[in-house]
Amino acid sequence: MNEWGILAQGLGKQFDGFWAVRQVDLHVPYGEVLALLGPNGAGKTTTLRMLTAVLTPTRGRAWVAGYSVRHHPQRVRAAVGVLTEQHGLYKRMTAVEYLRFFGQLYDLDAARLQRQVDKWLQFFDLWPLRERRIGGYSKGMRQKLALARALLHEPRVLLLDEPTSAMDPASAHRVRAAIRELRSADRAIVVCTHNLTEAEQIADRIAILHRGRIALVGTPADLKARLGEPEFEVVLARPLNGTLPDLPPLVQVTRVGTDRFRFRWARGASQRLNPLLLRGLLTQGWPVVALAPVPRSLEQVYLEVVGHDGASA
Amino acid sequence: MTVRLHSRPRLHFGLRAPRGQAIRDWLRPVMLLARREVRDQLRDWRILTPLVVLTLFFPLLANFTARRMVAYMERFNAVLIAERLFPFLLLVVGFFPVSISLVVALESFAGERERGTIEPLLAAPLTDAQLYLGKLLAVLFLPLLGSYLGLGSYTLTMMLRAGWRPDPLLLFVVWLLSTVQALVMVSGAVVVSTQATSVRGANLLASTIIIPIALLLQWESLLIFWRQFEILWTVVAGLLVVSVLLVRMGLAHFSREGLLGRDLDLLDVRWMARTYWQALTGGASSLRAWYRGPLRESLRALRGPALLAALLALLAFVVGAWLVQPYPWPEVDLTPERLERLRGTVALQGLPAALQIQNPWGIWWHNVRAMLLMALLGVLSFGVVGLFYLMLPFGILGAGMVLAQRTLHLAPWWYLLGFVLPHGSVEIPAIVLFGGATLRLGAALATPARGKTLGAFWLQALGEWSRVIVGLVLPLLLLAALLEAYVAPRVAQWVLLHVVIGGGG
Repeated sequence: MNEWGILAQGLGKQFDGFWAVRQVDLHVPYGEVLALLGPNGAGKTTTLRMLTAVLTPTRGRAWVAGYSVRHHPQRVRAAVGVLTEQHGLYKRMTAVEYLRFFGQLYDLDAARLQRQVDKWLQFFDLWPLRERRIGGYSKGMRQKLALARALLHEPRVLLLDEPTSAMDPASAHRVRAAIRELRSADRAIVVCTHNLTEAEQIADRIAILHRGRIALVGTPADLKARLGEPEFEVVLARPLNGTLPDLPPLVQVTRVGTDRFRFRWARGASQRLNPLLLRGLLTQGWPVVALAPVPRSLEQVYLEVVGHDGASA
Repeated sequence: MTVRLHSRPRLHFGLRAPRGQAIRDWLRPVMLLARREVRDQLRDWRILTPLVVLTLFFPLLANFTARRMVAYMERFNAVLIAERLFPFLLLVVGFFPVSISLVVALESFAGERERGTIEPLLAAPLTDAQLYLGKLLAVLFLPLLGSYLGLGSYTLTMMLRAGWRPDPLLLFVVWLLSTVQALVMVSGAVVVSTQATSVRGANLLASTIIIPIALLLQWESLLIFWRQFEILWTVVAGLLVVSVLLVRMGLAHFSREGLLGRDLDLLDVRWMARTYWQALTGGASSLRAWYRGPLRESLRALRGPALLAALLALLAFVVGAWLVQPYPWPEVDLTPERLERLRGTVALQGLPAALQIQNPWGIWWHNVRAMLLMALLGVLSFGVVGLFYLMLPFGILGAGMVLAQRTLHLAPWWYLLGFVLPHGSVEIPAIVLFGGATLRLGAALATPARGKTLGAFWLQALGEWSRVIVGLVLPLLLLAALLEAYVAPRVAQWVLLHVVIGGGG
């Protein structure tokens, strides 16, 4: 169990007869960033709260940093750093006061606390504003301060709920960069997010949570591979005018536009045949401008898993 | 890095007890939390302004009022009333800053939840008790400080300007009263705050604290005007017990899940009815199955509380008998002529009016009303006051036994056989069962809810209480009423004729 930052088996949580989380099986080794994707109400926050030992699972088991969330909730809470959905800052405190307060709750001794406060304030570029009341901070600054709080005791497991939600693109970019910097061999990070691009950018693996269950887990490349054979697009210098070129039988046309068409190679064939296809088109006199793979997005995978009911997320 | 845990030693209320350094370690985060909250309050002008006004200005106003009142009363030679005003205003001056604690306490958890600041605290390595006590101390500190300052400045200015020389014991008891009143209000308000989903919800529920405290203050004022200062000590003791029970209740029902999970304060009557009905029926398919299953289960759970109720009833009986012992009751002069006359009267006209056959439904309804009142008092006082009410009739029975012995030379067993047991053999078990069930129902509020909301837990307890009442107590009381109406008077008549008048005792 010790190599896993997080290990969850059949985790479920019921509120007043309603299963917010039905079955979550997760393993996040140290050194990995896992993005937990899912539409609203999929159970992301509830899962995170169970992993933080704030909520007790109704069923299943989970170990975080080697401690059982059911049997050693205090140890779990001491071992993890949490960025909650709402940043939870006290507006009348200064950043230094706030971090000191939480550092003391995590029982850091005075010297170490001072070092940690200075380190994270500098890391997140909050040092010049350290004595300003938090009420005067921008959203981005608040989020960074909340992240600093989560990191203050150097937790081996970091749980981040919507770390860039409601942030402007520049602030979100800075926070994402910070998360990438926080990745280390002895830290496991779970990031809950709606943002597919963000997930792709920062995560080693992605888990899609749907209706309280982990519907899919894998690396971004693995997930995209689920969409089947890659798709290619041929762009021509003149309109097709309703006529397609003569194509080999292994080519399956998937979409036809005014001056372009998309295709896939049938099972068994491969993209290594693209040069042959290109030669054939040129021989037939088609003015080919480009032949390139169609970029595949995580969004397609996501929508395929969650369907239309989750498309709003 | 390793983070030390604050959780191993636990402090109080049936939890593991820490010692020495462990206590200090355990209390450290409690004090941290409290310090932060107090600092936050000191930065909030909405809390500070009324506190400063009530602490500094109000004692001066009270001082001025008291002196003017004395001057006015002196014109009518009614100095005594005016003098009683001094300690009364002392009580008021001590209470006013404390009233602020209610406002602060009501928003202690609900406010943090509303502002979204509670979750990082819940995710910190603190036990529920540490979190709860930290908040409790924080909301208590400033209002109490204000109260003490107010009491001090009022007393001092009254001594200097009006020449008041208060009894130090009176000062002490008012100081204690202010403290325990603050404790009761704060611990009650924090319970409300943990259970409400918003500050608005908490404020709406605050009447559950304000009304009893307002009544209490009126009563305390009366005691002061009547110069019954000794009774104030009893009030202090009572309030202390209530505040301990409220803290226990708050801890028992404090739940991180509840704080994060609930979103709306909805009055879901259907859910309430369903939960209650399920608890009452226990899922039984027939009346027979209900008596054999859920009711028997409830009775099994009632063994401890019912035993306690029985012991208390016995104790009340003994105390009742003991209390009347010192009084010199006159013996009834039963000369042979008087006895003969009495025998004739009883034989021809039956029993005295008080012992005559009554309407059994009237008896039953009277008993049911009394017990429902006892249940209500029990619920409001964690079962305690309900038990006092249970003990009262047994105390009277004990006193009656001694009186019958002293005045009529009636042996205790004849007293019991003739006047108590004919219907009491059924009524007493019903009362004991009722007392036990009510004690259990009242204590449910201070019992950990194990993953249930306070409402669900209490409805469950009410359902189980109702099982015993509907299944046993009410039928037993009806049987007792029939016995009391039709059998007991005849037995009493027989005992009067053959034992008291006939000299059998």
